[in-house]
Amino acid sequence: MKMTGARIVIESLIKENVKVVFGYPGGAIMNVYDELYKQNKFKHILAKHEQGAVHMADGYARATGDVGVAFVTSGPGITNAVTGIATAYTDSIPLVVISGQVPTTAIGTDAFQEVDAVGITRPITKHNFLVKDVKDLAYIIKEAFYLARSGRPGPVHIDIPKDVTVALAKFEYPEKIELKTYKPTYKGNKRAIKRAVEAIKKAKRPVFYIGGGSVLSGASDIIREIVKFTKIPSVETLMARGVLRHDCPYLLGMVGMHGTFAANMAMNDADLIISLGARFDDRVTGKLDEFAKNAEIVHIDIDPSQIGKVVETKYPIVGDVKLVLEEMMPLLFDGINPDRYKEWRDVLNRYQELYPLKYADSDEVIKPQWVIEKTGQLVPENAIITTDVGQHQMWAAQFYPFTYPRQLITSGGLGTMGFGFPAALGAKEGAKDRVVINFTGDGSIMMNIQETLVGYKYNLPVINIILNNNYLGMVRQWQSMFYEDRLSETDLSDVQPDFVKLAESMGGVGYRVSKKEEFEKALKDAMEAKKVAFIDVQVDRREDVLPMVPPNSPLKNMLVFKEDK
Amino acid sequence: MKRVISVIVENEHGVLARVVNMFAARGYNITSLTVAPIPNSEFSRMTIMSEGDPKVFEQIVKQLYKLIPVYKVIESDDFIEKEMAMVKFPLKEVKDNLADIDAIARCYNGKISNVNDKHVVVSVVDRPDRIDNFLKAMMSKYKNSEIVRSGVSVIER
Ligand SMILES: Cc1ncc(C[n+]2csc(CCOP(=O)(O)OP(=O)(O)O)c2C)c(N)n1
Ligand SMILES: [Mg+2]
Repeated sequence: MKMTGARIVIESLIKENVKVVFGYPGGAIMNVYDELYKQNKFKHILAKHEQGAVHMADGYARATGDVGVAFVTSGPGITNAVTGIATAYTDSIPLVVISGQVPTTAIGTDAFQEVDAVGITRPITKHNFLVKDVKDLAYIIKEAFYLARSGRPGPVHIDIPKDVTVALAKFEYPEKIELKTYKPTYKGNKRAIKRAVEAIKKAKRPVFYIGGGSVLSGASDIIREIVKFTKIPSVETLMARGVLRHDCPYLLGMVGMHGTFAANMAMNDADLIISLGARFDDRVTGKLDEFAKNAEIVHIDIDPSQIGKVVETKYPIVGDVKLVLEEMMPLLFDGINPDRYKEWRDVLNRYQELYPLKYADSDEVIKPQWVIEKTGQLVPENAIITTDVGQHQMWAAQFYPFTYPRQLITSGGLGTMGFGFPAALGAKEGAKDRVVINFTGDGSIMMNIQETLVGYKYNLPVINIILNNNYLGMVRQWQSMFYEDRLSETDLSDVQPDFVKLAESMGGVGYRVSKKEEFEKALKDAMEAKKVAFIDVQVDRREDVLPMVPPNSPLKNMLVFKEDK
Repeated sequence: MKRVISVIVENEHGVLARVVNMFAARGYNITSLTVAPIPNSEFSRMTIMSEGDPKVFEQIVKQLYKLIPVYKVIESDDFIEKEMAMVKFPLKEVKDNLADIDAIARCYNGKISNVNDKHVVVSVVDRPDRIDNFLKAMMSKYKNSEIVRSGVSVIER
């Protein structure tokens, strides 16, 4: 039986076992929405802005590990989606974004709502497609899902001209897909693995440098086992928070610009860095010429282009982190002596004692770090934490007691303000039974606050904790530190919304907290309210994120706390 | 350092844009580029001459492989490299030297390929560095010439 392109889209998504699509309709994609209307196999969540829709799909994907799906229309629909797609791309999140396009006959004529969509998304997708013939549609959708989730995951965009959505074709959804030109390597080379294991056994000062690839490959359990057995000191990137439990005795904390002193010194002084799905980002390495001068590198990554890109790598292993570690573990456990690294651990523990992560708590004002710690005590251990971007993001990454991978959902690579709230809604859709907290700032929350209505309409009660410093705080911090405190356009104190009324006007609930005592009550109340909540916490305005590696400085030159200098 | 790589890609919509965009986005140079379909296959061959140190080349190759429609990237120190060049002279500049020009062109696997009442066109096919020499020789001797180079094509020995 022949069916329309629009129907093929819907049937293909059903075949992919899609449970929810986030989207926004418009002219070019109307036929798809018409078919959506006629089915009840999966749900559609109508966002208030296409950026919101894509971040929701992204948050859903990060929380569940499934592919997130979004529908948008042509022209402004797809351009609004761009930030969402780029955010997912830089963090390797699997999405399939389907956009409408003007009819094939109108392409290239500057038609109404025509943009070169595949031209725009080409550099921010793993791959994209312009469907020119309805006969290719089912295969392309299959390929898109396969590409999104396999190898190094990422967003895939399918642009479908309107005439293709009405054209007829036989629906045959391929069972399996085999691409001549794309064959990701999952299993590591055995000899390379053996050599890396020997290097680890021989090292005096090894460190596990755990990155987001460990989360994507589901390697947390095996990493925990290996770290526990070998007692090798470990650091996590922002994207890897929760791979080890926060109370793991061998976890030195987060590494990089706002990492702990001990974690950064571990990288600085190591003689062997074992990178598990991390990519030596500039926020991690600090000044590159001085990065890990005495270390050899074992680099495990599914994406060969990451290996050797930033640092010289003596032991490259292309493969899936989990599969490679499964091969490594028995070899490593055979004859490794964890005592060998005791001296090294002692040195690092001394660093940790000397410069622990801390803040000067106060009874007069609320410290943002206190709010994060307190939240960690009040919410269930399986709560999902999303963040926006800025100081609050770094404090969340530093101070929240993460216990499992995928617990922290944050825009790491692109640093997209406005990500946290819609991502929280998407995460909640994927994990209804969990408390979902979005730590946000008074700047970030305004970029996508319209999605409050989505939380109301679809009953997705996420809790926004606004660490309100009346500043674009992270930029303010840099201005204070590196621009002689010239606060160019970062003071937000002159106009602030009334978040309580704002929440209420869109079916949510709001709290204003200016004393410590009020916070616990507000959070508990919010958890019971089962509504989208905004807790506007007035925090110490001038608090800085510390410690800090100043931009382009070596890791060891950290700015620590004032009283520690 | 100049290097030539040969990229076998699936013959599909937008594949040239993907390759060229990747070079542009990552700040890699393209000195020359040729593309044509490989007969009786679904592939095309792109030959790209680029400049950079070995580390840059390593990244270029990896980034090319990362593009989904890229089937194979061939790097070899043992390519046969050929490029075509055509030079057009105003007849009045060269009419007394046609024999000389033809003789030189023959040293570079070429000849005078067209003469009309206004212009003389010479074409040659040779290694890019030899083409450089040929063009230098021609330009130093004759004025007002117009030059077209095809970009390099290669095949493994
Ligand atoms: C979309 C976007 N625009 C601009 C920036 C640059 N930026 C980074 S942090 C920041 C300030 C964020 O302010 P707020 O949300 O209040 O967080 P705070 O740092 O105060 O905790 C800005 C403007 C960004 N990351 N994203
Ligand atoms: Mg702020």
